[in-house]
Amino acid sequence: MSTKPLGGPYITKTTVVSGLMVAILGILVLIRFFFGLGTVTNLNDGYSWGLWLAYDVVAGTAVGCGGYALALVVYVLNRGHYHPLMRPAILASMFGYSIGGFSVLVDISRWWNFWHILWPTYFNFNSVMIEVALCISCYTTILMLEFAPAVVEKAVEWTGRKGGNLYNVTVILQNVLDKVIIVFIAVGITLPTMHQSSLGTLLIPFGNFVNPLWQTPLLPVLFLFTALSLGYAIVMFEATVVTDRFHRPSEARLLGSLSRFMMVVVMSFLALRWCDLIYQGKLHYIFTSNGLGFAFLAENVLYVAAIAILARKQRRRAPRYQFIAAVCIMAGSILYRIDSYLVAYSRAGWHYFPSAPEILITFGMIAVEVLGYVLIVKFFPVIHSVERVRLLAMAAD
Amino acid sequence: MNLTRRGFLRGTAVSGAAAVCVGAAPVASAEVREEKILPPQAVGLLFDSTLCVGCKACVVACREANETHPEFHTEDKLWDTPLDLSADTLTVIKAYSDGSGTHKDQEKDGYAFIKKSCLHCIDPSCVSVCPVSAMTKNAETGVVSYNPGNCIGCRYCVAACPFGAPRFEYDKTFARLRKCELCKQRQAAGSIPACADICPAGATLFGPVTELRAEAERRHRMKAGDREFFPRKTVRSTDTYEKPAPRYVEETYGLEEVGGTQVAYLSGVSFQKLGLPKLPNKSFVSTSEKIQHTIYKGMIAPAVLFGSLLFLVRRATKHREEEGEE
Repeated sequence: MSTKPLGGPYITKTTVVSGLMVAILGILVLIRFFFGLGTVTNLNDGYSWGLWLAYDVVAGTAVGCGGYALALVVYVLNRGHYHPLMRPAILASMFGYSIGGFSVLVDISRWWNFWHILWPTYFNFNSVMIEVALCISCYTTILMLEFAPAVVEKAVEWTGRKGGNLYNVTVILQNVLDKVIIVFIAVGITLPTMHQSSLGTLLIPFGNFVNPLWQTPLLPVLFLFTALSLGYAIVMFEATVVTDRFHRPSEARLLGSLSRFMMVVVMSFLALRWCDLIYQGKLHYIFTSNGLGFAFLAENVLYVAAIAILARKQRRRAPRYQFIAAVCIMAGSILYRIDSYLVAYSRAGWHYFPSAPEILITFGMIAVEVLGYVLIVKFFPVIHSVERVRLLAMAAD
Repeated sequence: MNLTRRGFLRGTAVSGAAAVCVGAAPVASAEVREEKILPPQAVGLLFDSTLCVGCKACVVACREANETHPEFHTEDKLWDTPLDLSADTLTVIKAYSDGSGTHKDQEKDGYAFIKKSCLHCIDPSCVSVCPVSAMTKNAETGVVSYNPGNCIGCRYCVAACPFGAPRFEYDKTFARLRKCELCKQRQAAGSIPACADICPAGATLFGPVTELRAEAERRHRMKAGDREFFPRKTVRSTDTYEKPAPRYVEETYGLEEVGGTQVAYLSGVSFQKLGLPKLPNKSFVSTSEKIQHTIYKGMIAPAVLFGSLLFLVRRATKHREEEGEE
């Protein structure tokens, strides 16, 4: 097998700190479930959607689009040499989406009715949200199935030591998975295309509550682009961080060539957004929307900075610049999504800023992702072995 | 990696075509789906700001009819002082005032009253956006109702309503949404909404929307200062009183806004001054529904996308198997 568990101690500074944050999350979530939303959040009738929806769900699932973005390149554009990045990306996506789904459960006030969004007699297909809810639920399951080979591999290795029937069963399971995995992969590209664009459509009913710089019928396409740009950026971010933290050989050349796809997506996004603003004659809102104009410019500056950094080939291959560019694009895309849902959404006479417990819950959710990711890459075969990365990096050129 | 040019072109073409099906098509044609029309037996309210004396009897009657509690916003808690609509106040009287605030229904140095509640839109955002059909619009009467049994508490309706009508109980464990349902329980018992029933000035009238709109027309035709008759409670009521006709701003609010509403407003000062938002004539949800139903029509586009992807993924994994990579 070409992928191996990274091994190493489970108790480290990172895991202890994230563990503590997860514990705080647990307590706050219980308080929220038993005493109502108002006890932990600053949500109100003007801003009934807050930090959790904007960050944990809308930005968080896009952070979980690494698997999707990479699968497009590996399977649709048929660039197999990026495959070693696939498993870690799927793992991160699995966490991104599970956390997104869990955040929805924490956010909805009548959580005991949660199952209604999965029960056909309740469905309202005019609602963009039912599409998003169903699609995200399916995709989270698909991600788990896409990650299953890593778990089964581990099981085969374990049972292999003892031999016997259990070993045979796991091997059969592995073979079956091998056969059907392409269906999961195809579904796994279809679903994010659907719900990531729908996350944009979701804002259209808000009409002029959303600033004109963000409100446009092109929202579904723009949201799809930010899901992809964030997806590539997160793959680069993870790879550079894992390489650094676990003292592994650099994947810089592989990432360098991957970054070209990211640039294409970001440039398409910028072109589409600006053409739309010009076409609809909305450019003046940049100057007449007070602080929002700055938020809009910040999103654009972050994207342009990343493009400028990656434009030169030497920089594109340097881990430091890759990291900076990835962070710029992550920040730009996350900002775009948070702005669309929260900052650019305004209701006269109402104010909202997340409360401390609200922010702690969001941090707790991020901690779950970090903790889970670190523990799993140490235990399961997720990251490619050292020799293989070198080989594939050469193939990437 | 042995990627043939033909294979690459084919892959790009297939995925490109699929992406167009799912992404671009609906956006290119993102005009509005067919307009919703007024239900046949649609009932509603006509609120005439010039007749309202600001007594707030409607607010109190609404509390009784809907079992809500007074809200205290002064330190000594001597008066029921709701500041706006809330989960405990399904209708509220608010005031506009300017300068010396001495002349009724006058924009400058004047004041005016406005009654806020759900407007029972002809194309309601809350009904369109609710994922679990907890918000419904009665096909006959057009009354927009809430069913807590269905509701998951996502508050999409609260965020989407252009009038800020649905309100949520943030401080309760078993929280509900609250909004005006045009006293459907009273209507079922043969009565009329409590606010219209109690209004001593006939400022809030209940009745069939077509008749309410005709009444609004009649008032627009009046000559300011002429003695005219105004009904109380319902538009057809024989309980009328005589007074000089007021001076109205030209339009009736609620005829066109977001596709029209079943609650309409007449006023002596501009509607924006009264806090009624300026809105386009087409509902925002008609655009989102159009996009949604274009993309997912018969699930054809997603099926095509999935089919093409399956083909491409199979080809990609086969290549790799041949090269002994996986």
